[in-house]
Amino acid sequence: MDVLEFDNVSMLYCKDGNKLLVLDDINFKIEEGELVAIVGPSGCGKTTILNLISKLIEPSEGDITINGNIGYMFQHDHLLNFRNVYHNILLGLEIKKSHKDQKLLSEVDRLIDKYGLKQFINSFPKELSGGMRQRVALIRTLAVNPNILLLDEPFAALDYQTKITVSNDIYRIIKEEKKTAILVTHDISEAISMADRIIVLSNRPASIKAIHKIELTCDGIKTPYEARKAKEFRNYYDLIWRELQNE
Amino acid sequence: MNDCLKVVKSNKQKKYCLLLTQIIIVILIFGLWELLTYYHLIDSFLISSPSRIIKKLILYIENGEIIKHIAISVLEVLLGMAIGTLAGIFIASLLWFSKRLAKICDPFLMVLNALPKTALAPIMIIWAGTGVKGIVVVALSILLIITIISTYNYMINIEEEKIKMMKSFNASRLQIYFKLVLPSNYINIINIVKINIGMAWIGVIVGEFLVSRAGIGYLIMYGGQVFDMDLVMMGVFVLAILAFVMWKIVDSLEKLIKKKLT
Repeated sequence: MDVLEFDNVSMLYCKDGNKLLVLDDINFKIEEGELVAIVGPSGCGKTTILNLISKLIEPSEGDITINGNIGYMFQHDHLLNFRNVYHNILLGLEIKKSHKDQKLLSEVDRLIDKYGLKQFINSFPKELSGGMRQRVALIRTLAVNPNILLLDEPFAALDYQTKITVSNDIYRIIKEEKKTAILVTHDISEAISMADRIIVLSNRPASIKAIHKIELTCDGIKTPYEARKAKEFRNYYDLIWRELQNE
Repeated sequence: MNDCLKVVKSNKQKKYCLLLTQIIIVILIFGLWELLTYYHLIDSFLISSPSRIIKKLILYIENGEIIKHIAISVLEVLLGMAIGTLAGIFIASLLWFSKRLAKICDPFLMVLNALPKTALAPIMIIWAGTGVKGIVVVALSILLIITIISTYNYMINIEEEKIKMMKSFNASRLQIYFKLVLPSNYINIINIVKINIGMAWIGVIVGEFLVSRAGIGYLIMYGGQVFDMDLVMMGVFVLAILAFVMWKIVDSLEKLIKKKLT
């Protein structure tokens, strides 16, 4: 079942009398449980796609069909320093006025317990490592029980080693919780190692240049780290690299 | 563990050393002042002396007058500071809620901020009346505009990405204000209160100079008029202590909140 569809979507920004076409006739569908990565040159409009999906902005043309709730995870964790981990996780539920719903609260407790945050619930964000903070940010997003997760370069602010560890972690959580996810990244390796499909965008105004189904042969269970060792990894990398180089 | 203890001990020693240096500076200044007046190297009639100030203070404590003057001034400062800070935060919040209102008010706030408010004190007193009310209004006029401008600047400087994160949960503007903007600025608001203590004292002293029958400003003014420099200096001394105590209370509150929030 498709949970998301972009149908001839264009986005035109108008500011101070100047017009800027950012997205030009974008069409794609995303199925339930898929992890789709969107890659493209810097400033081509990748984040604009996520902003459209989350309804932070409206498209100038075209239709976006969404079947489900959206959860948005950003490049920076944006944890609130004056709230402890538990109250940061509850932020979305509080905004949606569901923080007294026992069913949702027990689901939050399950996530906290399962993903190793129980001993940190009374800690404040400054006491956590970068990776742990991102994990809290993801659980905060999952707490409102979204079916579609939007990930806007969630590992860009991390160093390389932490990036791999946290991407393993977040990939596992997304797959175990059976969420549909859209990952925006400028890192081709990250996209190939995590995604089931990759949408390659052209320069601004962005249009879809290619869509690749990613099939990797991994030893054992697929993780972003193991995926990097797959023999097909290099081929996908070279292919997408060339597509982006031609831009 | 031993190294940790050493660091803690060394930090404590540094703190005490600093405090000791500060106390020595105060003793030296007052000692020198006393000596210079004792040997008539400077005229104690014109600049008083520490011993004469203490004598005057004891006299005012014994007859109970000082408590009355302190109580009036502190009440005026607290009222001016509380009303000014709360009104300033409220108006800054309104400006944050309405960008249009902020744009309309911007030039007026800039002009009012640039204006030397003490020059308006006589007008304020004519409008608001004499007594505590008039003096509180003078204090208010001095600190209100700067409170609005500072608070508003802190509020609009919240990271856009954090607001976007809140909006991604469909937060209303009211929720963004109460769950993000206001709590993010608790420490900044405490800092504004700290600055406002000094501002409120300026307003209250200026107001008391102009119209009052009681208060520390009145004592200083009265002392100047009758050439009683001991009284003037005692007023200044009491004023310095009161301002320091109030500042210290807010500073401790700030440390407590910082410890809790960060």
